[in-house]
Amino acid sequence: MTWRQGESSPCLPFSLSPCRLKCMLKLNNIEVVYSDVILVLRGVSLEVGDGQIVALLGANGAGKTTALKAISGLLRTELGQVTRGSIEFDGARLDRLGPEDIVERGIVQVLEGRRLFAHLTTEENLITGALSRRNGASVKRDLEMVYDYFPRLRDLRGRVSGYLSGGEQQMVVIGRALMAHPKVMLLDEPSLGLAPLIVEEIFQVIKKINQQEKTSLLLVEQIAQAALGIADYGYVMESGRVVLDGPADKLRDNEDIKEFYLGLTQLGERKSYREVKHYKRRKRWLG
Amino acid sequence: MNWDLFPQFLATGLLTGGIYALIALGLVLIYKSSRVFNFAQGHILMLGAFVAWWFTENLGWSIWLAFGATIGVAVLVGLLIERLALRPLIGQPILATVMMTLALSQVLQGAVILFFGANQRSLPMMFPLQPVILGDVRLKLNLVLAFGMAMLGFLLFVLFFRYTRWGLAMRAAAEDHQLAQSVGLRVPRIFGLAWAIASVVAIVGGVLLASISGVETNLAIIALKAFPAVLFGGLESIPGAIIGGLTVGVIESLVGGLPQDAAFRALHLGDIAPYVFMLLVLLVRPDGLFGLKRIERI
Repeated sequence: MTWRQGESSPCLPFSLSPCRLKCMLKLNNIEVVYSDVILVLRGVSLEVGDGQIVALLGANGAGKTTALKAISGLLRTELGQVTRGSIEFDGARLDRLGPEDIVERGIVQVLEGRRLFAHLTTEENLITGALSRRNGASVKRDLEMVYDYFPRLRDLRGRVSGYLSGGEQQMVVIGRALMAHPKVMLLDEPSLGLAPLIVEEIFQVIKKINQQEKTSLLLVEQIAQAALGIADYGYVMESGRVVLDGPADKLRDNEDIKEFYLGLTQLGERKSYREVKHYKRRKRWLG
Repeated sequence: MNWDLFPQFLATGLLTGGIYALIALGLVLIYKSSRVFNFAQGHILMLGAFVAWWFTENLGWSIWLAFGATIGVAVLVGLLIERLALRPLIGQPILATVMMTLALSQVLQGAVILFFGANQRSLPMMFPLQPVILGDVRLKLNLVLAFGMAMLGFLLFVLFFRYTRWGLAMRAAAEDHQLAQSVGLRVPRIFGLAWAIASVVAIVGGVLLASISGVETNLAIIALKAFPAVLFGGLESIPGAIIGGLTVGVIESLVGGLPQDAAFRALHLGDIAPYVFMLLVLLVRPDGLFGLKRIERI
């Protein structure tokens, strides 16, 4: 377990680093500013190894979504920019590229909130995911692949996607990203607003995609337990910084983390914020 | 009122309306993809008519060759306008972009007068002039064929929009720019394509109109009839463009043609009627007949 204070020591002990095998994606101490004044990320470093699932956890407003948008380049569509640090993917810098080029290189972000082209049909939505690829020939085969992962979509292929249920829409959105054959998929809160049963189903498919397609995944989640259940490694963010990281199983079992970052109190009682703050400060002294 | 002539004016109105529909399609396309209302559409159309005239007059080309070449010019004009005038304004308030299209219309007007002069010209006949007689209705063959070409253009575009990769990309980008970028679509290129197609349909409409009524700077104002057409049909609706175009053509023809009183005709109410109609539509249905309804699940 490595506790971190602000920007200190972004290096991880070799054995704990998620990039034991081969590093796919690496954020080096990035700082993100919106509209030239609003500092949102203050020195975030994280790594995603080849074929890994990495969970990015934290409360609302911690900067998780911003971190994903920094990687995918969508930040610039919202007047944000990476002002310091670098983002590396497969050995090349990403932070100066536009979102379209980043998709072409193999990173696709699945935006939060089941964003789909509501007036297009399910199948048309899926095909848009393949439009960025040069070879359009394999689109049919890829559709079959998506329908194998999400059999329910096969029957809904001609349906206008805006009228699908929430769970089905989430499947379309993930399937659409899959159509681009990404090396890394950035998933932003796939569980948002879905019934627990559907969430479980979707997480199982995510795991399956990871195993069968060898797609690396960076997964932003509020439901920490579910995310850590399928992840190899986890990072916890708080007010624009990574405050904590470690292998998923260790994070899952750690009492402090459960208590203060993941909201999994054992006794089921609420803690006041003052207590949390006090506890954290004490913990830092001791750590 | 001479109701015997009703079918005659109705048919003439429908045929002219077909050309308005084609011009309206260009407006809808640009509005759909980038939320910009293109006030320069009529001037692009006029430019096309003058360019086609120039090809026939100065290079001695046949009208059909000139027509083909003008379509090529249209693609270039559309791409250039998007690249030079509109793209720098991406991310700026939409009003700035709309003002830009107004400015463009004036620049095009000036450029046309500068290069081609303001005199009225005429294009060689595209179609023979003989009448077509259907029962009581006598139609000019050139108008019928122009209508046919306009509808063919419309149909080609709809097929393109529906069944091609680029068409799908355009429909996707029209819904959500950020989402389109997140799946790797190059949205500025799609805007460029939208402008190119809009210019082509405008210029095809322009050459068709000019082959019937002559090449003049007034063409830009005739094309303004496409405005009530799109507002009636709904700014984002392609079927709306065709229905709006036909409706405006019919209203113009009936109001302008049916009353026999000479003093009444001198008022040129046919030219005004589409705009009165537009005002009424805006009062009752601000989104137009087929304005896009946001899909919302509850």
